[in-house]
Amino acid sequence: MPDYTTIIGLEVHVQLATKSKLFCRCSTQFGAEPNTQTCPVCIGMPGSLPVMNREALNLALKTAVALNCTIPPMTKWDRKQYYYPDLPKGYQISQYDMPMSEHGFLEIADSKDRFETKQVRILRAHLEEDAGKSVHDEVAGRADSMIDLNRTGTPLLEIVSEPDMRSGLEARAYLDELKLLLTYIGVSDCNMQEGSLRVDANVNLHIAASDGKIATPIVEIKNMNSFRAVERAIDYEARRQYDVWQETGAKIGDVPKQTRGWDDNAGVTRGQRSKEESSDYRYFPDPDLVPVKFSEAEVQTARESLGELPAALRSRLQAEHALSVYDSEVLVNQGVDVVAYYLAAVEVAGDGKAVCNWVSQDVLRVLKESEANIADFGISAKSLGEFVGKLKAGDLPSARGREVFDVMLEEGIDVDQAMQKLGIEEIDESELVGICQSLLEKNPKIVEDVKGGKQQAVGALIGQAKKQNPNADPGRVRQICLDLIAQM
Amino acid sequence: MSLTSLSAVEQSRKLQAGEVSAVDLARAYLDRIDEHNPGVGAFLRYDAERALTAARHIDERRKAGEPLGPLAGVPVAVKDILAEQGERTTCASRMLEEFRAPYDSTVIARLKAADAVLLGRLNMDEFAMGGSTENSALGKTSNPWDLKCSPGGSSGGSAAAVAADFAPLTIGTDTGGSIRQPAAFCGITGMKPTYGRVSRFGLVAFASSLDQVGPMARSAEDLALLYGAIAGHDPQDSTSLNQPIGDLSTISQPLKGLRIGYAKEHFAAGLDGEVDEAVRTALKVYEALGATLVEVSLPHSKYAVATYYVIAPCEASSNLARYDGVHYGYRSDVAKITAELSAQRAALEEAGERRAAEDLDTPLVRMYRQSRSEAFGPEVKRRIMLGTYALSAGYYDAYYLKALKVRRLIRQDFDKVFEQVDVLAGPTTATPAFELGSLVDDPLAMYLVDLYTVSANLAGVPAMSLPCGFSKSGLPIGLQLQAKPLAEETLLRAAYMYQNETEWHLQRPAL
Repeated sequence: MPDYTTIIGLEVHVQLATKSKLFCRCSTQFGAEPNTQTCPVCIGMPGSLPVMNREALNLALKTAVALNCTIPPMTKWDRKQYYYPDLPKGYQISQYDMPMSEHGFLEIADSKDRFETKQVRILRAHLEEDAGKSVHDEVAGRADSMIDLNRTGTPLLEIVSEPDMRSGLEARAYLDELKLLLTYIGVSDCNMQEGSLRVDANVNLHIAASDGKIATPIVEIKNMNSFRAVERAIDYEARRQYDVWQETGAKIGDVPKQTRGWDDNAGVTRGQRSKEESSDYRYFPDPDLVPVKFSEAEVQTARESLGELPAALRSRLQAEHALSVYDSEVLVNQGVDVVAYYLAAVEVAGDGKAVCNWVSQDVLRVLKESEANIADFGISAKSLGEFVGKLKAGDLPSARGREVFDVMLEEGIDVDQAMQKLGIEEIDESELVGICQSLLEKNPKIVEDVKGGKQQAVGALIGQAKKQNPNADPGRVRQICLDLIAQM
Repeated sequence: MSLTSLSAVEQSRKLQAGEVSAVDLARAYLDRIDEHNPGVGAFLRYDAERALTAARHIDERRKAGEPLGPLAGVPVAVKDILAEQGERTTCASRMLEEFRAPYDSTVIARLKAADAVLLGRLNMDEFAMGGSTENSALGKTSNPWDLKCSPGGSSGGSAAAVAADFAPLTIGTDTGGSIRQPAAFCGITGMKPTYGRVSRFGLVAFASSLDQVGPMARSAEDLALLYGAIAGHDPQDSTSLNQPIGDLSTISQPLKGLRIGYAKEHFAAGLDGEVDEAVRTALKVYEALGATLVEVSLPHSKYAVATYYVIAPCEASSNLARYDGVHYGYRSDVAKITAELSAQRAALEEAGERRAAEDLDTPLVRMYRQSRSEAFGPEVKRRIMLGTYALSAGYYDAYYLKALKVRRLIRQDFDKVFEQVDVLAGPTTATPAFELGSLVDDPLAMYLVDLYTVSANLAGVPAMSLPCGFSKSGLPIGLQLQAKPLAEETLLRAAYMYQNETEWHLQRPAL
């Protein structure tokens, strides 16, 4: 095992869930016809001027306080200059030396104990506008390039972590937790397919050497379109850097920072043309926009609007509903709607663990299979609560629980209706004893076997009892039979 | 007396009284433009049909008794830098020669709402960069007082149009003196309002933190009429001030006990003797009117031009980046570029110059480079390069940041001065209009024509120029008045007082 530590910092661009763009009133709706959601401001027409969208700032503020960031009393806007066909003004309005928030942290943990719980520090989170999209038409060698400016001006929050992660797994845990947090507080839908969340990873190695440690050159990995891709890309890149170091011995500072793209199909990172980048963006304060001030009260309001965050929610589920760390994680990680569903069902059933089992196994399985959201799930939280309550009270034989659950789901009916439909009703004790009595009389061999110590022989009777009355509870049949044999 | 020699205020009165129709008035100006614009070159474009149609419409509405705006029927011409929906907005540049704005700038929208009759579009230095209007890529403008001379710049077309009686009112823009300097050269009255007083929405940006739209006219009274129509808060411009403008109907009331400051730095070496004398005489006029004269100091004014020529090009380099040949504006011939590049590559490879072949531009980069190279004039390129350099890594602190600090000191100078006086008076320019072509090869000398005007832009204070005399060679001389932020009303009243006592503003060039 090579003796090195992987050093990982992530830059995450999150599209904020505003209705309109950062500096104009154009819609941010995804998927519209190209260039239909544009105006003179967002396409940089001569003379047009930006006006800040307060809602975007509020969502950014909410995110920043959720990430435990410090909010400076004043922030400003800067221009980041570079030429690109899909950057209409020739600069991007961003925040440079006075970001709207800095110095936060996000705690990550792993219920499987593959890494120790840690706080990943957040260097800063700042707001900026998105660029447009270049569409390259490769058909028949025509190689036309087209520009869609629908996306220009969409508000992005760039969340920059410190290089505190040490493996692809930790990076993935950070992203999972970040995404969860952002969706809990409702600031973004974090849809990677639609580009609402984009990740760049900065990776290098610290290699132990006799005279201290050696750092390899930092590589920025781009084009990762899933969290799994981020994990794979980082792990690949770490091994690659180690190989390169063994080959060339190149250290940080020997070569400029490199950008590599992740090829998910091939499972490799590839170097991108370094000619396209320049570290000199000629930042300067945007003279078209006035600085923004945050009052103490605004920050306080944002803080109070957060609601219960995932980490706190997990602790509460463990404390109040006796859930394991794993169970609380499964529920909380499904998002705020599943947790709300769970809590509503517990309210009715009065048993957190039992409800958790049904939600985390059966409900989530069905949702996954049908690719549906909890909001569309066929059994209401109240109905599931009643169902679990009946199981717990013994009013519904546990062996038939799954059957009832399936009928409730398929027919959209409650537990009583489902039980009725299946003909499940409480069987009278004396009737059950009667059935057992007659079965034992007809099967002296089994009685012999049990008496001879083979208790499992009773099993054959359970099936027969159920044939006579489908409501016969297998556990009880078994117990009654054993009791009767013992009396013989 | 011809209609075009009346003041805008008189014209408005006659229109309201029904003594004159908007059509008659517009036709009078159009006839004069037809006759003399070929010599003066103030207009880049004007559309008689369009203007007459607008005038006719206003006449009809007036006849029908409909309520009309404050400029109803009064002709106005606009510098070709304010976006007007469906019309070309060229900034006198090849880059935007065919650009039609898809929207109205706020100032144009307000002129339309005020029922002004828009005559056409006035010449300027390309992207408002220059002090002579010689940087226009689309036409030459002469000073109506002497066609050999420059009308000043960059609003040279706007100043010349008023001086030549092509329009009673025009719109200019002022980034470092571009309203006041041409107003001085052409013997008219022009004002750069407080930064943020007039919306910049739709004003094609040169240096955003300095640019301000302003009115140009023959007199302070006319100026107030136009200023009232265009000033005021605009939610589409973040830097627009949300402060009420004063009651402009009171500008004819004299300022009681007016305190007039004059800065010793404004009467130093380099000031033309005739200008010096004319300005000192103007101060005496004020004294005779009961004003107190106070000598003040602007110790940092000597850094103003240097500061300006760091900040303005920095912002310009950024503002003009959007003209890249991709979205709109001039684009170099891409097919030709691609062909040239592959020929160059083939030749280099043939010669074994593999490395050089690899270093060739991509067609996209060459398209940017060539489009900008072909469509921008030399002064615009010079400023883009200056700004790009000054903002570059390693130079930002030494130039841009330092300039911002000096800018604050200049503003503080003004704050101190306006604790002592109501109005600061001095020369607008060091000399009367220079001859066309005399400074084009000396950019630094050209930059110095802004010596007295740039401070107001750096400080954001309102400033105006009004005629205060003539040189022996018959060229106008300008008096500059400045006041504290938002005190346009004070400036207008001070100018009105002066113009009530003098007749410089009534002089007309012989065309």
